[in-house]
Amino acid sequence: MAKSIAYEFGKGLWKEIPPFRLVLGLCPVLAVTTSLQNGVGMGLATTFVLVCSNVLVSMLRKVIPSKVRIACFIIIIATFVTVVELLMQAYAYKLYETLGIFIPLIVVNCIVLGRAEAFAYKKPIIHSLADGLGIGIGFTLSLGALGAVREIFGNGTLLKYSVFGPSFKPFTFLIEAPGAFVCLGLMLALMNLAGKK
Amino acid sequence: MREMIKMIVVLTILSSFSGGLLAALKNGTQEKIDYQELKNVKGPAIESILKGCENDPIVDRFKITDGEQERSFFVGIFNGKPKSVAFETYGKGFAGKVGVIVGVNLEDGSMLGAQVTTHNETPGVGSKAKDDPSFVSQFTKKIVTDTFGVKQDGGNIDAIAGATITSRGVCMAVTQAGEIYKRLKPEIAKQLDKFK
Repeated sequence: MAKSIAYEFGKGLWKEIPPFRLVLGLCPVLAVTTSLQNGVGMGLATTFVLVCSNVLVSMLRKVIPSKVRIACFIIIIATFVTVVELLMQAYAYKLYETLGIFIPLIVVNCIVLGRAEAFAYKKPIIHSLADGLGIGIGFTLSLGALGAVREIFGNGTLLKYSVFGPSFKPFTFLIEAPGAFVCLGLMLALMNLAGKK
Repeated sequence: MREMIKMIVVLTILSSFSGGLLAALKNGTQEKIDYQELKNVKGPAIESILKGCENDPIVDRFKITDGEQERSFFVGIFNGKPKSVAFETYGKGFAGKVGVIVGVNLEDGSMLGAQVTTHNETPGVGSKAKDDPSFVSQFTKKIVTDTFGVKQDGGNIDAIAGATITSRGVCMAVTQAGEIYKRLKPEIAKQLDKFK
């Protein structure tokens, strides 16, 4: 039992790490990872929604009729997304402004709906919790890593601190949208290379 | 048939729960969100006008109903006395409304300063009204109830070069602020007494 829970948690961190292995949920991955802070903020918001919706879906899996399950999932997910949005607006307004439309768009993030449909609807609560937490943290780490790389090379800073000193000329291409694709592609290649061994 | 009823019941219950929860949360966070919005959108302008005040003007605010409109006033406390307010008015710029926050000292009706907040003016030309402090600083110390206009129109304010319409809009907003001030002064003074 404990082993399978640990497995559900661990798989999200490497074997099924969402943007790199499953290549899912790319919209926020490409759009908000212009800095480490934005990436991690978005990741944590998604993690919160993922964990809560996984637990609730798993709790209600015997009550929800299978014909309307998607509608029910969407209601549950949308509720938690709005909770995150309101809380972020009240307590982290700067982050709310930079993430903007991508917070409400968590509703249609296929990772969240995917986990509810493929996992939480069939598995017990504890496993779903572990799965949500694992995938969420994996997603946060990926966004953070991508954000950090783009911030360091594209802006020459990390968390607003200068990394290379004033003589560094930032490679601004990486901060722009095409840079996101290139950066993601390189990271995918690296992950595949590392996974081969 | 039974299955259908179950679907309807489950969806209805789930939706009502969700609606109730969100309504409660929205109510609970409303005040905090209002504060954050004011602080981040208008905060910098208000703080620079009421510079050196001892309180947080965004917390110490009140509303007065003026005709059909509700206006927010931000209180500045200097030397322990609440005698200054800042409030926002609008003038017509080159491309839509120009918002101006004006700070007024109630003792003599002089302006502590004016700051442009929201505008859609041309970047680099009209936007100087907000970015170049030398234009708005012309209002400082002037009496708010005067009429303001740019020099081209025979007024008393130097317009921004190339942005006469924007400058006119700002003057209009400040003049309007004077009218509001004249109209609501007794009410403002009454509200200010509460902050003593």
